[in-house]
Amino acid sequence: MKIKALSRSAASAQAPGSNVAKQSRNLDPNLHPFERAREYTRALNATKLDRMFAQPFLASFEPGHVDGVYSFAKDPESLEHFASGSGDGIVKVWNLTSRQEIWQSQAHENIVKGMSWTRDKKLLTCGSDKTIKLFDPYNSTSKAPPVSTWHGNHAFTSVSHHRSIPSFAAASSNISIYDVTRAAGTPVQTLSWPTAIDTINAVSFNQTETSILASCATDRAVILYDTRTNSPLHRNVLNFACNSISWNPMEAFNFAVACEDHNVYLFDMRKMSRALNVLRGHVAAVMSVEFSPTGEELISGSYDRTVRLWERAKGHSRDIYHTKRMQRVFSVAWSPDNNYVLSGSDDGNVRLWRSQASSRQGVKSFALRQKLQYDDALKERYAHMPEIKRIATHRQIPKQIKKAGEIKNEELKAIKRRDENERRHTKKGKTRRTAERAKMILAREQ
Amino acid sequence: MAATDSPKAPLVKPKSNTAPIADADTIAIRNHATSAVSIYGRGDKIRIKSVRDKKLRANLRSLEAKTKEATIRAKNAEILLENNAGLLEPEHALERTYKVRQDEIRQDVGVETAKKGFELRLESFGPYDVCEYTRNGRELLIAGRKGHVACMDWRDGKLGCELQLNETIRDAKWLHNNQTFAVAQKKSVYIYARDGVEIHQLKSHVEATHLEFLPYHFLLASVSIAGVLRYTDTSTGQSLSSIPTHLGQPTSLCQNPHNAILHVGHQKGTVTLWSPNTGTPLVKLLPHHGPVRGLAVDRSGRYMVSTGQDRRMSVWDIRMFKELHRHHLRLPGSTISISDRNLTAVGWGTQVSVFKPDIFTHAPESVDNSMLTIPEPYMNWGGDGQTISTVKFCPFEDILGISHNRGFSSILVPGSGEPNPDSLEAGTNPFETPKQRRETEIHSLLEKIQPEMININPNFVGNLDLASEEQRKRERAENMRPEDKVAEMKKKGRGRNSALRRHLRKNGQKNVIDETKVRAREALKNRDKREIEKVKKLRTEYGPALERFARKGL
Repeated sequence: MKIKALSRSAASAQAPGSNVAKQSRNLDPNLHPFERAREYTRALNATKLDRMFAQPFLASFEPGHVDGVYSFAKDPESLEHFASGSGDGIVKVWNLTSRQEIWQSQAHENIVKGMSWTRDKKLLTCGSDKTIKLFDPYNSTSKAPPVSTWHGNHAFTSVSHHRSIPSFAAASSNISIYDVTRAAGTPVQTLSWPTAIDTINAVSFNQTETSILASCATDRAVILYDTRTNSPLHRNVLNFACNSISWNPMEAFNFAVACEDHNVYLFDMRKMSRALNVLRGHVAAVMSVEFSPTGEELISGSYDRTVRLWERAKGHSRDIYHTKRMQRVFSVAWSPDNNYVLSGSDDGNVRLWRSQASSRQGVKSFALRQKLQYDDALKERYAHMPEIKRIATHRQIPKQIKKAGEIKNEELKAIKRRDENERRHTKKGKTRRTAERAKMILAREQ
Repeated sequence: MAATDSPKAPLVKPKSNTAPIADADTIAIRNHATSAVSIYGRGDKIRIKSVRDKKLRANLRSLEAKTKEATIRAKNAEILLENNAGLLEPEHALERTYKVRQDEIRQDVGVETAKKGFELRLESFGPYDVCEYTRNGRELLIAGRKGHVACMDWRDGKLGCELQLNETIRDAKWLHNNQTFAVAQKKSVYIYARDGVEIHQLKSHVEATHLEFLPYHFLLASVSIAGVLRYTDTSTGQSLSSIPTHLGQPTSLCQNPHNAILHVGHQKGTVTLWSPNTGTPLVKLLPHHGPVRGLAVDRSGRYMVSTGQDRRMSVWDIRMFKELHRHHLRLPGSTISISDRNLTAVGWGTQVSVFKPDIFTHAPESVDNSMLTIPEPYMNWGGDGQTISTVKFCPFEDILGISHNRGFSSILVPGSGEPNPDSLEAGTNPFETPKQRRETEIHSLLEKIQPEMININPNFVGNLDLASEEQRKRERAENMRPEDKVAEMKKKGRGRNSALRRHLRKNGQKNVIDETKVRAREALKNRDKREIEKVKKLRTEYGPALERFARKGL
């Protein structure tokens, strides 16, 4: 008779003299019952923890501006420097890590409308006093005079520097391309749509497809230019004017516009007949929008005093940031390391937020990182469960914004109802429904 | 012929353009994959090609690939398992495993293992009805009918506590770890700490006869003499529900470790399945003709084995709710336990028989053409005059604990225990240190499963409700009252061509009388009467000069 019985010595679990117990694994599903129910419970706990740790606000930069913050510029050559320009013409350069001001100057007599860093780490600012100035914040003391100044005929609203060559585009009623090396010179090139005369709100160079330039104007047009051919490419007239443009840094043909009609629209440059996506949620005009460095997410700041974070492919915002003291948000930016976002508002403060409200940037142990990854996977897997969905999407929103949202919804429903009624009483096929993603386009010109 | 055949050959090309399958390596890989899926797989594959949505299809495809990878990796990780299961095998045709005696086994196994077979002679404290191991098999709890309770670390022989309660004890159970246990006493259920201190008295559990603890839900369940099933959450102390079974005093109770459903055996041979969420049994089975004496469900929740006073031992598939096989014992089996590796121990009279997993799958061979079929046991024990009251396999060990009227015996049953425990699974680490125990206690409390998730199918959580809109509509329509045809017709028109009149005129033969027809006729008659009265009224209203203008239908 062959006889063998199990014998496990205690030494097999923990070697004598050691204080480390050996972990043995057996993945047999019979040893791990209630897999789904336990995973669900873990997912629920993870979601709850996520909301418990959600503390997005980090700091506001001191000393702040006296007037509202109307423009931001990130230094593309540095992870920690950025500039903010305010309504009284003061420009400040900040250090993100120490949260301190490193340089400031009275750049303009009026609102600083736009800023951009050059590739040689100098700062271009433009304002409503019809000037564009170039400063050297890293190599000069505060209140140093500009390195060079360009004068225009109209108030400038926005500047954008080219990716590689030393030239920049400045927007007023048309777009002028200047050469940085030719101080106080006249524009090298002027771009405008033949029939458009209104003020251009924002201009932005594509940083990958470097000769492409996008602009939006108060005449509700979004226009694309190509500096190589010295001519505009495409003009889309939307139902409302747009305030800001941001190119997707990863998909060079996609860009986002912040529109006065409370929405953010994502467009594909190659197919402008309809938007790629419509991001709805704000209850007032969106003043500023920016893509994250990964190109997967967006941030938008609005006149309704909130900042919203979006996922590129989803229609609703992922998160909403607000404080009691934050006023109308005119400028937003995403830090180059993707972990933080910045907002500049009418109350003169520049605020620093976490881009993931519940994440922490400290050094994490391997076990903790693994746990967080596992939790993320679980949250995603059980995101459709009602309880988890409820907890994950719940946000405390200021009363005014909630009320405004409700009223807006009501009105949108009324419009929809009216349209449907009209459709019901007209001949079949006369009034077609338009796609939500094409509704905002009023006209197209090429 | 060959010349004429050759041009036709390409026409009968096999449809699939995969590589030839005769290759030995390919076959081996495929077998490996199929066995991986059969053990570690999570249900059927998704048919990706039938998904229309492009994005969803891409997501599903990557998900499927990940699942497949995971199953293969889990299978590959099997080489890391340290221990092999025990065995007892005859070396030639004349040897029988059931003839092997305990002292022979003890001689053949190692000293450490041999020490695990022992006997506790406790003759004065009466029959021992209870023996219970903790979920990791470290600690033992025994309780005698006359009130003697003892818990111990049985391997080291360290006594945890010994109590003389001087009260009838009907059942006792460890709670989630070795720190607390519940005892069903004469009046109510008490919870004691490991050192014998009474912590709680559960007054609501009146006269409980059987106890069961659901470790992942932290639920202590009891059935009482009156046949009431009660649940208490031991983590919060809340009583969950008390469900009257309406079937008299229960004779046995066990839990299905796969889905936390309780199986209650009754006097009349029925077994009912209960969850705390319903007031009626989920399922009623009828395995026996007399009282159901013993009940056990295997670890995977596939088979239920029950013994009854009718000497039957019946094996049920509790996913199909079908009796698979029916075996017979010489005496009624009073207690059953199924080990991790599906050995079934049955205590009958003064004997214990251990059967191989064959009894689940193989039809019994009838002995001498009678209807009684006694399966050949794997091992036998007893016959020394002690009446067996409970048998219990020790988890993760080749040990069977037997409590009887003379105390407690621990016998070696090679091949019964799961050789490889998972030390990260809460509560099942046999070498748990106190620190680990505290840690796992917190974790298992954090992931305590809510009682609402107890269901026959434990994997329903997170599933989408696949009942289509069509189905839901149909159900809604069924729930609605059928519309009243006559009432509808009453509203429609009057006069010669009214709906009622037309219905009576057109619908079938005059001599067939059905309910709608009768009602329609009545409604018509009533209407006529009303009309005539109305005309009469009008006449008097109009006066003698104008009465000729009063007519029907105005």
